[in-house]
Amino acid sequence: MSAVSTQSVPQGKSLGASLGASLGASQGISLGSCATGPKIVQERGQREVFCGLTGIVWLHRKIQDAFFLVVGSRTCAHLIQSAAGVMIFAEPRFATAIIDERDLAGLADIDDELDRVVTRLIERRPDIKLLFLVGSCPSEVIKLDLSRAAQRLSQQMTPNVRVLAYSGSGIETTFTQGEDACLSALVAQAQRADAAQKPSLLVVGALADAVEDQFRRLFAQMGIERVDFLPARRAADMPMIGPGTKFLLAQPFLTDTARALEALGAQHLPALYPLGAEGVAEWLRAAARAFGVSRETFEAVIAAPRARAEKSLERWRPHLAGKRVFFVPDSQLEPPMARFLARELGMEIVEIGAPYVDRRRLAEELALLPPDTPIVEGQDVERQLDRLRAARPDLAVCGLGLANPLEAEGFATKWSIELVFTPVQGFEQAGDLAELFARPLMRRELLEI
Amino acid sequence: MQLTVWTYEGPPHVGAMRVCAAMEGVHYVLHAPQGDTYADLLFTMIERRGTRPPVTYTTFQARDLGGDTAELFKNAAREAYERYKPQVLVVGSSCTAELIQDDPGGLAMALGLDAPVVPLELPAYQRKENWGAAETFYRIARAMAGPHAPAPGSSSARAREAGQRARCNVLGPCSLGFRHRDDLVEVLKIIESLGVDVNVVAPLGATPADLARLGEADFNVVLYPEIAGQTASWLQRTFGQKATRTIPIGVGATRAFIREVAELADVDPSALLRPDLSRLPWYSRSVDSTYLTGKRVFVFGDASHAIAVADVAAKELGLKVVGLGSYSREFAREIREAAARHGVEPLVCDDYLEVEAAITAAAPELVLGTQMERHVAKRLRVPCAVISAPVHVQDFPARYSPQMGFEGANVLFDSLVHPLMMGLEEHLLGMFRGDFEFRDGVAPSHLGHGEAPAETASENDLEEDGEVKTRGASVAWTLDAEKELRKIPFFVRGKARRNTESYALERGVGRIDVETLYDAKAHFGR
Ligand code: SF4
Repeated sequence: MSAVSTQSVPQGKSLGASLGASLGASQGISLGSCATGPKIVQERGQREVFCGLTGIVWLHRKIQDAFFLVVGSRTCAHLIQSAAGVMIFAEPRFATAIIDERDLAGLADIDDELDRVVTRLIERRPDIKLLFLVGSCPSEVIKLDLSRAAQRLSQQMTPNVRVLAYSGSGIETTFTQGEDACLSALVAQAQRADAAQKPSLLVVGALADAVEDQFRRLFAQMGIERVDFLPARRAADMPMIGPGTKFLLAQPFLTDTARALEALGAQHLPALYPLGAEGVAEWLRAAARAFGVSRETFEAVIAAPRARAEKSLERWRPHLAGKRVFFVPDSQLEPPMARFLARELGMEIVEIGAPYVDRRRLAEELALLPPDTPIVEGQDVERQLDRLRAARPDLAVCGLGLANPLEAEGFATKWSIELVFTPVQGFEQAGDLAELFARPLMRRELLEI
Repeated sequence: MQLTVWTYEGPPHVGAMRVCAAMEGVHYVLHAPQGDTYADLLFTMIERRGTRPPVTYTTFQARDLGGDTAELFKNAAREAYERYKPQVLVVGSSCTAELIQDDPGGLAMALGLDAPVVPLELPAYQRKENWGAAETFYRIARAMAGPHAPAPGSSSARAREAGQRARCNVLGPCSLGFRHRDDLVEVLKIIESLGVDVNVVAPLGATPADLARLGEADFNVVLYPEIAGQTASWLQRTFGQKATRTIPIGVGATRAFIREVAELADVDPSALLRPDLSRLPWYSRSVDSTYLTGKRVFVFGDASHAIAVADVAAKELGLKVVGLGSYSREFAREIREAAARHGVEPLVCDDYLEVEAAITAAAPELVLGTQMERHVAKRLRVPCAVISAPVHVQDFPARYSPQMGFEGANVLFDSLVHPLMMGLEEHLLGMFRGDFEFRDGVAPSHLGHGEAPAETASENDLEEDGEVKTRGASVAWTLDAEKELRKIPFFVRGKARRNTESYALERGVGRIDVETLYDAKAHFGR
């Protein structure tokens, strides 16, 4: 936030319904680091974004012996259940310890209650090696100290189960920031590698296993020997971190995790995010440079998959080129997605809404966006929809709560949650990513009713 | 603290949203953090609603907590009022806002808006969704109709002149209700055929102005007591309006309902009591239904649906109810009475894990439950039909599909019997499993049946069938006994296995062979 005026736009007044007026120069806050780059304005009002608890839906799939116990309310339990595809099968590796009246009235000792719940849980699931206590708005407001509870429980259950805590509360985190908080907690507890250790590459951010394997192969072909992923698939395999660690961010929303890694001496390799042929190539290039991979080797390794990625985009470009897209804030993936759509598929960006824009970790992305692309950080959903209706984009990228109402108004929409749940990073997925945006448009052409 | 894997009901403010979203001309300002906006997708994705639900969230953040969240609320309420100009502004807190105690009611009243403000107090740490819906409906109804209540001491019942048609309200249908949309059509048909006028249907489609007229009816038809019970009893106290008590699910209940309405309206019901109005009675007597006889069924859902469907299962399909339960704690008494009628232990419980254990223990051949029991049944490889909320996108079929009335009984016959017939197919599949056309591992057809295409991908992604291990004792089976067991139809195989194992354990038989299997069969003798 340092380069940016933190003065927020007074609520309700300055952002008019007209896109031009609201995003004019007087409101725009220019980036210190890139004076000709896009303007970022801030907006305050009703947000229409999930809270960080949502991350549990993909994180519990990724870390296969972890359990996520939300300490919260019935609302929190209902949110995860609804976000997880309304109803899913079997017994998942997440649950909610629902705080009730007795806990609030002080009739029950919260520590005892937590112990009881955790004991029951671990008895049922002896396969669990890592337990996250996940804070929520209610637990934050009543100032439950879950970190302390985690320490205590960890001591009790060592060595079988490690217990960590983080907050996914909606008063502190939006949607994907829950993953940031979870990974930060892992970094805080990570084993420290000493300075003498050989340099290693760390890829930070949950990726689908298949995508991870693809990247592993590419790095191996480049000759980068030590490659770790955070989070690892199993609790016991979480990487060591130290001054020899050089890390790539696989996701743009990992602000706190990156800071925590840097505090341990690890070095961030700034790059585009691995979305689209260009994004993946530049992301890999940052690692290749840092590990002294020769230009020839690097180009040779990526030539074939990059060509495949570019070819796969050709199929979708006719459906997307020249079409206008509007991003309603959701996952913080909006700036790199917009860069991909604009540069590789020829789309026109009407507005990029994002819950939060980390100017430092997005510097490379912001520099490549078409000049004057309007970026709105934060949200006032009513005014944003006014602007959207006025701008009449060909495609609106938005959350599940807004998609059908916008469709009913005649807009084609893409549910942004799918961009988070679907494997979209990497060369081999570039075409799939383009297809996600093309499908709603193609579908409209198919339907004759 | 309660450990919760899945919840049957959301928080009470979601119930309030369901009522507000069902009505016209109401807007709800909810003091809540941003994550709570997830609730919008229940309406736009499950019900496929084409407009945003009429809810404004204040979405306060941690940095606001030190400052002025009350001011934030007032701004949100004022802007929502100006933008939507509702007839009534409903205001309240979510679980988090309840803890910061901003008093949305007082704040909204102080704004001096042109519309009435209805403040809601929904204790989020005690109550749940249906309670919240009932309370919200009552609060809005009372705010609108209350001023028209007859003066204390005057006769409260509407005086109907001779020859004047009777008039009723229809109360309960709501957003995100299980088949409410179609039930309402079916019930209105009955009411109209009886020659009774409908004064107001609420909450679904009603405006606050409509609610102001609630007192002008002679009596109330209560379709879903979970939502409308509280309002109906207030109307009875205030306007002297009696209310129906029968839930018209199944042929018998529909007839009882018709008689009840006719009596309240003082009309002749005989035309609607003709035996040929539903196909269920004849289908059930048709010889192909013989195989339904005594099949073990476990019923779980909200109280109204579970009780009604258990009666249909026992009296109209000839099944044997081996378990009956509900997550509606407010209706525990009714559930206990119904369970006693069927001679089973009542299960009043909202702990999904306990329900799962109860179903497993009862070893049913058919489960009639909610979407969650569908998953339990799927794991146990028992056929299942969904009969109650919590709703899922599948519970909003494109076709007309009521549960109530005579057409509802037809639908019930199909939806309850269909999974069992699919089970028979599976039986045949089992018989021919050696044939080359039947690849090993062909999924039973009913298990894949009815998956919403939009969700299959994510459901598959998230499926963890492998994770729940069959718990319980392990006794060794000989190969022959295993083979013999596989010849038993899959939907009773689980029970046969469990019975045999417990038989073997009791007798200290270490290895189960074919003899043990048949000894156990004779012992438990179905
Ligand atoms: S916003 Fe807060 S209260 Fe709501 S679901 Fe998220 S953590 Fe729970």
